[in-house]
Amino acid sequence: MKEYRTISKIAGPLIFVEKTEPVGYSELVNIVLSDGTIKRGQVLDTSDEIVVVQVFETTTGIGKDSGVRFAGETIKMPVSKNMLGRILSGSGKPKDGGPEIVPEKRLDIIGAAINPYARALPEDFIQTGISTIDGTNTIVRGQKLPIFSGSGLPHNQIALQIARQSKVPGSTEEFAVVFAAMGITKEEENVFMQDFERTGALERAVVFLNLADDPAVERIITPRLALTTAEYLAFELDMHVLVILTDMTNYCEALRQIGAAREEVPGRRGYPGYMYTDLACIYERAGIIKGKKGSVTQISILTMPGDDITHPIPDLSGYITEGQIVVNRELHRKGIYPPINVLPSLSRLMNLGIGEGHTREDHKKVSDQLYAAYAEGNDLRGLVAIVGKDALSERDRMFLEFADLFEDRFVRQGADEDRSIEGTLDLSWDLLAHLPEEQLVRIDRDLIHKYHPNHRRKAEE
Amino acid sequence: MEIKKGKATKRKKGILKRISGPVVTAVNMDAHMYDVVKVGDEELMGEVIKIDGDDTIIQVYEDTSGIKPGEPVENTGLSLAVELGPGLLTSIYDGIQRPLETLVEKMGDFIERGVTAPCLNREKKWEFKPMVKKGDTVHPGTIIGEVQETNIVHRIMVPPNTPGGEIREIKSGMFTVEETVCVLKDATEITMMQRWPVRLPRPVTAKLNPDIPLITGQRILDGLFPIAKGGTAAIPGPFGSGKTVTQQALAKWSDAEIVIYIGCGERGNEMTEVLTEFPELEDPKTGKPLMERTVLIANTSNMPVAAREASVYTGITIAEYFRDMGYDVSLLADSTSRWAEAMREISSRLEEMPGEEGYPAYLAARLSEFYERAGRVETLNGTNGSVTVIGAVSPPGGDFSEPVTQNTLRIVKVFWALDSKLSQRRHFPAINWLNSYSLYIDVLSTWYDEHVSTEWNEIRTWAMEILQKEDELLEIVQLVGSDALPEEEQVTIEVARMIREIFLQQNAFDPVDTYCSMTKQYDMLKAIRGFADLAYAAQKAGVPPSQIMTVKSKNELPQIKFIKDYEPELDRIMKDLDEEFNRLRTV
Repeated sequence: MKEYRTISKIAGPLIFVEKTEPVGYSELVNIVLSDGTIKRGQVLDTSDEIVVVQVFETTTGIGKDSGVRFAGETIKMPVSKNMLGRILSGSGKPKDGGPEIVPEKRLDIIGAAINPYARALPEDFIQTGISTIDGTNTIVRGQKLPIFSGSGLPHNQIALQIARQSKVPGSTEEFAVVFAAMGITKEEENVFMQDFERTGALERAVVFLNLADDPAVERIITPRLALTTAEYLAFELDMHVLVILTDMTNYCEALRQIGAAREEVPGRRGYPGYMYTDLACIYERAGIIKGKKGSVTQISILTMPGDDITHPIPDLSGYITEGQIVVNRELHRKGIYPPINVLPSLSRLMNLGIGEGHTREDHKKVSDQLYAAYAEGNDLRGLVAIVGKDALSERDRMFLEFADLFEDRFVRQGADEDRSIEGTLDLSWDLLAHLPEEQLVRIDRDLIHKYHPNHRRKAEE
Repeated sequence: MEIKKGKATKRKKGILKRISGPVVTAVNMDAHMYDVVKVGDEELMGEVIKIDGDDTIIQVYEDTSGIKPGEPVENTGLSLAVELGPGLLTSIYDGIQRPLETLVEKMGDFIERGVTAPCLNREKKWEFKPMVKKGDTVHPGTIIGEVQETNIVHRIMVPPNTPGGEIREIKSGMFTVEETVCVLKDATEITMMQRWPVRLPRPVTAKLNPDIPLITGQRILDGLFPIAKGGTAAIPGPFGSGKTVTQQALAKWSDAEIVIYIGCGERGNEMTEVLTEFPELEDPKTGKPLMERTVLIANTSNMPVAAREASVYTGITIAEYFRDMGYDVSLLADSTSRWAEAMREISSRLEEMPGEEGYPAYLAARLSEFYERAGRVETLNGTNGSVTVIGAVSPPGGDFSEPVTQNTLRIVKVFWALDSKLSQRRHFPAINWLNSYSLYIDVLSTWYDEHVSTEWNEIRTWAMEILQKEDELLEIVQLVGSDALPEEEQVTIEVARMIREIFLQQNAFDPVDTYCSMTKQYDMLKAIRGFADLAYAAQKAGVPPSQIMTVKSKNELPQIKFIKDYEPELDRIMKDLDEEFNRLRTV
């Protein structure tokens, strides 16, 4: 392989190489330092005169005397069934002291788009055991649903609880977990690893770790490696895979860093204009393919800078993913775990996975009614702050109380509390029973007669 | 009008000089703007978007990984065009009209590059029934025959760029789309398939006034903010406000004969939902699958960005083609923001001077060119057809002041303002009745007089007034509480609540409520008006509002939505209402 010593410029994570033979776009690059260390990179721009290479590690030690080798192919990832139980670095090298992965296959990490026609409709209800998700923001197999959180909130615990408890009722298959950490701290890593070990989840997990002190640019490929692995496990080995990506905010920061180094015209808040497409190429790698047994379900975590949901990162993510679970600081302050605010949360594929044949016939209507009643009660809190509780009508007071009750009993649950979907729905009816029956306008009478505690009691008598 | 003929002139091959994502530069090429080129050894499809000295800048519709400088670039000499003919309906295409179904057969579940497939099936034979005879003179656009494509009759027309003339020979029977069905005196051969460049609007004789509403079966749309056939509308909405559900309801229920749905930069799973649902859905008018009158264009967010840019043009050109047959076509573009972002991405790769928020300076021009292709027209063959364009915009952070939303609002006539606050309360469709508008109300009022009721326009205005009044009153309630309001206004608040919860809220997932006929809409609004009249009268007669609120039969009104043959039940409720109010006033 030819080695060039024609580096003309080094700027941040980028190196510029001159006078090369034709080099392919997005080819893998090895940079050989004078002491023999090899660093990896990827071609970002190629022309007769100059080739721009993005280096995935720090550029420390790279100089004009460093050698550059072009691999002649795009970045490939060695994959194998034996990856389960392994801990790898953010660029896919073993980090657990174990042997190198013996590849059964080498796959391009820039996954091709699934042909929309080849996709199967996701409709298998996943029971996470968390009421605010199962009851009001149901996840289905093949969905991509991020957790929008803020710094200092227990999003990691929630993600772990989901990973631990997720199952498809009636199916014995367990989820394989592909976990990709981007720029998380050592402490956060410990939380995840200890939990994986404690519950034995590690055996059916592949872990990619890029920690806070690892090179930022490496984060660009970490999620792609993880998703390539997930696709291999799902579509070639027929497994149901749950991918957890954390923290996408760090990924986007790395993207911005490269954009700035390339002196690109920045978009909103300095993030590159192609961030939407770039994020889409990550998030869209979830789903089910017709005729294949496996599935890829994606839960990515992102911390909203300043809790601002309109920040470009959550904003663009929300346009690509199928909804979002929003973790709320106010609920957290009230001591409620999991502090999921159902009002801005949404699961776009919920209606595919609920109702008769999936969960229970009353699920949709009950969920709508909970939303409506909680939203109304929540609004009244603002009013109470101005006029006081006494000025409220009888009806309003009931809704106000409902909001408190909802948070205390429906939202709040233990970190190890695994509620069945029937349990969640029955609990919902118990809460709704605190409102007058004629106020339950979202539910048809038939369902009320069948499930409302008052009627059930009568029926039992 | 002159456009390039089907025969390509052989041009010199160029050489690739630079590759930077979806934008590549070639040298030594003899190219014209918007020529379609084949890039590299794998012959990836691309389009010339800039010529600078010896450099030709090309946007490539497929992934460019691994392409090297020095590889050849071939110019086809044609502009990006779509194939139009029998076989379009029920098809699912990507942004550059490659049939996705065929692609699965050819290259598996993932979209690989460098694979081409004919847009229209070349083998399938269609039964062509001539509508003209030998010796007739035909003109551009003349319908020369018919093909029963699905339950829709596909009318075969003389291509608009063919001069026409006397017919020397016309055939009848089974033909493929490439076989000649008609020969003119000057030896021009006409097939059932024609090609049309996507960036060029198809010609029409005249644009007509949009004075017929597009009935959608959605109460808030038909009732309060109607759109005309051939009109333009924008649905802006922050994410999660039910935009997609609203658009799909429109695709399912609007009374357009042909539906073109462009999933531009949208989610893969959501496209799948459309792809799975449409073939299963029954067309309420024919009982046949809805897919039989639909063309889907799916370019998901992770498919190449240049193809996303093209998808919108591909869609509207197909829409215009069906319009030219005399059909009413509705085109749904979801989402034009993703389209604008594709423009922005390519523009920034071109290192163009950015306009507002990094969007190219020509953003407004491109948007208005696109929406201007909508309209109700007299076609070249004298029939009337229309293209209604409904574009979704996804303003970042729900901020309507951003350039795509603002430039769109300057063009479109109807604005359905989705509101995430409403969707959080599960008020669907989450269209805000105070911020939305329709500029077609005056043009359409005659139609409503003739087809619904002469009272319709008055009752619509009444409902809008109540809703407006409610908004003002609620501000006061926020400050002083509802008990402090004058009694009459307490009644107004109750009436407004009924309009919102009974009339405006509609359940897209309920088999009956998902579609509401104009007559039912009128009856429902009239019923609420009926309650309002009784309530105001009772209040004036001294009945306290707290008593009015306890009227039982008003709580039965919402159930009307879910009943198919609602008339007897509605009559009964109205009678009960009358009696209850009578009792109240006599107590």
